[in-house]
Amino acid sequence: MVRGLRKSFGRNRVLDGIDLDVMAGESIIVIGGSGIGKSVLVKCILGLLRPDEGSVRIDGVETVGLRRKARERLLQKCGVLFQGSALFDSLPVWENVAFGLIQGRGMERAAAKEIALEKLGAVGLGVEVGELRPAELSGGMQKRVALARAIAADPEIIFFDEPTTGLDPIMADVINDLVLKCVHELGATAVSITHDMVSARKIADRIAMLHKGQIIWQGSAAEIDRSGNPFVDQFIHGRAEGPIHMEVRIL
Amino acid sequence: MLKALASLGAATLAFMAATGRIVIFTLTALATGLSPPYYLRVILRSMLDIGYFSLPVVGLTAIFTGMVLALQSYTGFSRFAAESAIATVVVLSVTRELGPVIAGLMVAGRVGAAMAAEIGTMRVTDQIDALTTLSTDPLRYLVLPRLLAGLITLPLLVVVADIIGVFGGYLVSIYKFGFNPETYLDRTFQYLHTSDVVSGLVKAAVFGFVVALMGCYHGYNSRGGAQGVGQATTYAVVSASILILVFDYGITQALFSQ
Repeated sequence: MVRGLRKSFGRNRVLDGIDLDVMAGESIIVIGGSGIGKSVLVKCILGLLRPDEGSVRIDGVETVGLRRKARERLLQKCGVLFQGSALFDSLPVWENVAFGLIQGRGMERAAAKEIALEKLGAVGLGVEVGELRPAELSGGMQKRVALARAIAADPEIIFFDEPTTGLDPIMADVINDLVLKCVHELGATAVSITHDMVSARKIADRIAMLHKGQIIWQGSAAEIDRSGNPFVDQFIHGRAEGPIHMEVRIL
Repeated sequence: MLKALASLGAATLAFMAATGRIVIFTLTALATGLSPPYYLRVILRSMLDIGYFSLPVVGLTAIFTGMVLALQSYTGFSRFAAESAIATVVVLSVTRELGPVIAGLMVAGRVGAAMAAEIGTMRVTDQIDALTTLSTDPLRYLVLPRLLAGLITLPLLVVVADIIGVFGGYLVSIYKFGFNPETYLDRTFQYLHTSDVVSGLVKAAVFGFVVALMGCYHGYNSRGGAQGVGQATTYAVVSASILILVFDYGITQALFSQ
C-alpha cells in the first residue's frame, strides 16, 4: 500500500503524491511515458531510493526508514526483474540465478545450483546455459536468466521493470508468457512497469497510469479502452497529438 | 576580490564535503566487517587480482628502479670516492621508500582503475541495486573484501619488489661497475635494520588500503553511464596517487623524524 509518496531530484518533482493499493495475488501494471518516474516509483517501494514524503506498507509493515537488517528480511519476500537484466558479469549464469539463495540465505552451493538449473528450465533454458557467462547470451536469454533469478527463491511479490524493453515482438511475447506462467505458478503478487501496451494488456489484472507525478487513472485491464481519460486514451493508442506533450527540438 | 574569495570558499567547502563523504563511506564499509557473513571467495579473488596479477608490472618496475638507483648513486658518490656506500643506499632507498611508493603507484594505475571500472559499471547497470534486492549488502560484498585484499596484498608485493629492486642494484654494481659480489652483499645487509623493512611494509599496507578505497569509492558513486564510469576510473587513479604521496610523507615523518 502506497500513500502520499513524493520524491524529487533537485527541483524536478518526479513523484507528487502517489496513492496505490495492490492486493495479494494481483498483477498490477503501472504505465506511463519514458522518464515519467515509473522506475523511481518501484525503487521507492523497494527501498532502493528513500522517498521525501509518504508511506509504503508491505504486508502491513512500514518500509520507509526501515533499518538494513529488517529491509533484508523484507526483500527476501521479493523478486525483481530489472530493465537491463542487471546480471553479474563475473559469475556464470547458474550462480547469477542462485545468488540470492547462496549469499542472501546461506544455502549450500550444490543445493542452490540444483534449484538454479530447475528455474532455468522453467524459463525455457537448458542446463548447458548455466555454465555460460551473461556476456555470451543474447538479450532475450539474458532477460530469461534475470527472470529465473527473480523467481529463484519463490518470492511472494515480484517486481518487473520494463520486462520486454529492447526485445523483438516474438521474444517479448515469450517473456510475457513466462511472466504469466511464473506469477500464476507461484501465486505471487506482481507489480510491473512498462510502456509496452501489448505486454500490459496481456499480463495485467489492473492498470494504473502515471503522469506528471500522480496516478491519473487506475482500473481493470478490460476497462482501459473505455477509460474516458484523454491522457490514457492518447497513451494507449500511441498518438502524437493529444494532451500529453513530448518535447521535440527541431534540428 | 570578493569573487576570488567566494571561489576559494566554495572549493574549500567542496573539498571538506568530499572528504567527509569518503570518511563516512570508509567507516560504513569497515563496520560491515564487525559481523558475518564474510565473503572469503571474494577476498581471495581480490587478493589474486591485486597481488598475483600485479607481480609482472611491479617486478619490472622494481628491477629498473634498483638498476637506475645504482647508476645514479655511482655517478654521484664517485665524485667524493664514496662508491662503497652504493649498496647501503640502494637497499635503504628501496626498502624504506621506492619499493612501497612505486609498487603503490603501479597498483593504483592497474588495480585502482580496474576496481573503479568494475564497480562503476555495476552501478550504472543496476547490478548494485540487484545485490540489495538479493539480500546482499553491496558494501559488505563488493567493498570490504577489496579493502582487506589491498591491505594484506600490497605488503606481500612490496617484499617481492624490495628483493627484485635490490637485485637490480646488485646487477648494475657487479656487472657494470665491477664491484665484488661478496663485498656488495655484505654492505647491503650491514646497515639494514628490521625497522627499515617494517616501515616499508607499513607504508605498503596503507597504500594498498588507499588504492582499494579510492577505486571502490569512485566506482560506487559513479553516475551517468559510460562517461561517468570513465571519469570514476580517472578520479580513482589520480586521487590514489596523490594520497599515496601524502601518506608517504606523513608516515615517513612519523616513523623517522627526530
